[in-house]
Amino acid sequence: MRSDLFLIICLIVAGVVFAAAVLLGNDYYFFAGYVVLQYVVLSTAWNILGGYCGYVNFGSAAFFALGAYAAVAVHRFNPLPIPVLVLIGGVVSGIVGFGMGYLTLRLRGAFFAIATLALAVVLQTLVVNWEYVGGSRGAYIVRPEAIAPLGSYIRYLFLIMLLLAVGAITAARLIERSRLGYGFATIRDDELAAEASGVPTLRLKLIATTISGALMGMAGAPLPYYIGFLQPSSAFGLDYAVNSIAMPLIGGTTSWVGPLIGAVLLGSLQQIATVTISSAVNLLIVGFLLVGFVIIAPNGIIGLVHRYIRHQPDKLVGRRHVNIDAPGSTR
Amino acid sequence: MYSCSGPGWGMIFSFDLLVNAIFSGILIGAFYAAVTAGVSLSFGILDVVNIAHPAFIILGSYIAYVINARLGLDPILASIIVTPGFYVLGAGIYQIYYASFEKRGQESLRGLAFFFGLLFITEVSLVLYFGVDYRYVEAAYIGPTWHLGAVDIPLRVLVPCVVSLLLIAALQLLLTRTFVGRAIMAVAQDQLALKLMAVDPIRIKRIAFGISIATASLAGAFLIIIQPVEPSVGREYIGRVFAICVLGGMGSLPGTLIAAMLIGIVESVTSTFYGPSWAPAVSFGFLLLTLAVRPAGLLGR
Repeated sequence: MRSDLFLIICLIVAGVVFAAAVLLGNDYYFFAGYVVLQYVVLSTAWNILGGYCGYVNFGSAAFFALGAYAAVAVHRFNPLPIPVLVLIGGVVSGIVGFGMGYLTLRLRGAFFAIATLALAVVLQTLVVNWEYVGGSRGAYIVRPEAIAPLGSYIRYLFLIMLLLAVGAITAARLIERSRLGYGFATIRDDELAAEASGVPTLRLKLIATTISGALMGMAGAPLPYYIGFLQPSSAFGLDYAVNSIAMPLIGGTTSWVGPLIGAVLLGSLQQIATVTISSAVNLLIVGFLLVGFVIIAPNGIIGLVHRYIRHQPDKLVGRRHVNIDAPGSTR
Repeated sequence: MYSCSGPGWGMIFSFDLLVNAIFSGILIGAFYAAVTAGVSLSFGILDVVNIAHPAFIILGSYIAYVINARLGLDPILASIIVTPGFYVLGAGIYQIYYASFEKRGQESLRGLAFFFGLLFITEVSLVLYFGVDYRYVEAAYIGPTWHLGAVDIPLRVLVPCVVSLLLIAALQLLLTRTFVGRAIMAVAQDQLALKLMAVDPIRIKRIAFGISIATASLAGAFLIIIQPVEPSVGREYIGRVFAICVLGGMGSLPGTLIAAMLIGIVESVTSTFYGPSWAPAVSFGFLLLTLAVRPAGLLGR
């Protein structure tokens, strides 16, 4: 499918989602849906580096919070429309992503992962000590009650996040099918062999950290307007980091579909669990699902589906002769 | 623009203050070495990136707290008693890790996610069971302070420091003088050669990982003696522990001790002269710098 066609289909789906949320007539769905969509963006962004290149980023929360705090800083100076803030958040987090990649990507994967954890704490320390954006006490953002054509403000935020999710998914799919994506895949499979074959691995990895960081920053920028009161401990919360890793791994990391499935399933599950049980218990569920999935279903839900289709090739697909993983093939 | 509320800010540079900061840095550094010893074993020697180690340390703190509160036992003694439990936990975790990731050659991405999940589960479980209040232990040496000239030595830091040094010495003896210890060092160098000597490398790694987690029990007790503990305190230690491990040269215990004291001193001086809210950034700054400039560490092989 061509990418512009894909984008149009995505936009139609997004339009249907928005119309459905409006028809339900309860603003709660916008509040809950916003969080789910935010996770769609975060997990898609994580997957561009983690799933495509195989580099684990534990610092998602830092990039996300950086976007949010960039928005707060700009808001204090001079309030701008949220789409502009989203761009600013993306630029700031993208630059930090590039810098972090430059410092650490020449190292083995595990060191990179640890360095991202360290980066999260360094950035949190900086924000805690930065009085202009509220320091450790946090910052209040008074959001307008309503906005002209949409009614309540949360609908506006929801719409922005919806468009961001569409943008992130389209970008991920585009990368996946381009030269860039194949380059990423060679890094994931065997970095040394890729380097030896002339793949510019460092440059590709820097592109991946920059795109991934920028998308996370964009997802974070509307956050201050959503929660109204931004604190370092909540913006840098470990649950963002865990969710943005758990969702792609549970969905499946090799394509754009995985993070989407993971985020929608796990995000909705958490929204339901928060309302019906408690927010601490739902985090425990995420932890157990993450550990369970990486042990039992290493390729996530996508992998399970593939395996199911492969076991019943005649019934479902009917093209066993082209299936390279079928018994009897040379593989 | 930046906070100016730290103690000592604007104060005239004082020699006494500096000496005090260095001394407390050395004391706290020995404790950091005990915290890092487990990671030096698992990450440095076995190449298992156990980022959940600090979470197990907090678990150790809470177990020491429960035993201390219910039975009135000394926290260090309590932690030594539960060491075998931690050893079994560690051996079990390694067995799962080996069967699910190492054997299939998937340890990089999914193994990391596995340990991250364990970290998260441990922390959230502690929050659910104990809440987010700070907990502390009772012991005779918590409270009094020795004064040696201008230097103050609080016993609550001195006692964990001494026991930490004993722990590091014991581990070093174990690694260099016993058969199992030498086998652990050998497994890091050449697994196949070990197999040819009729030693099961998986068994050796399981033992080593068990020992690594067992040290978390002791380090947990030290932590809750030095400061009150709540479940998310462990996160501060993730970067610090790996910073020390990398700086010390991955798996060298003497290197770990030197690096730990170095970071302890720098942190303590920073927090004396610039305010404690800046201290966490120090070790992470160190880590990023080490990774960028000299990934082999101080005493790297």
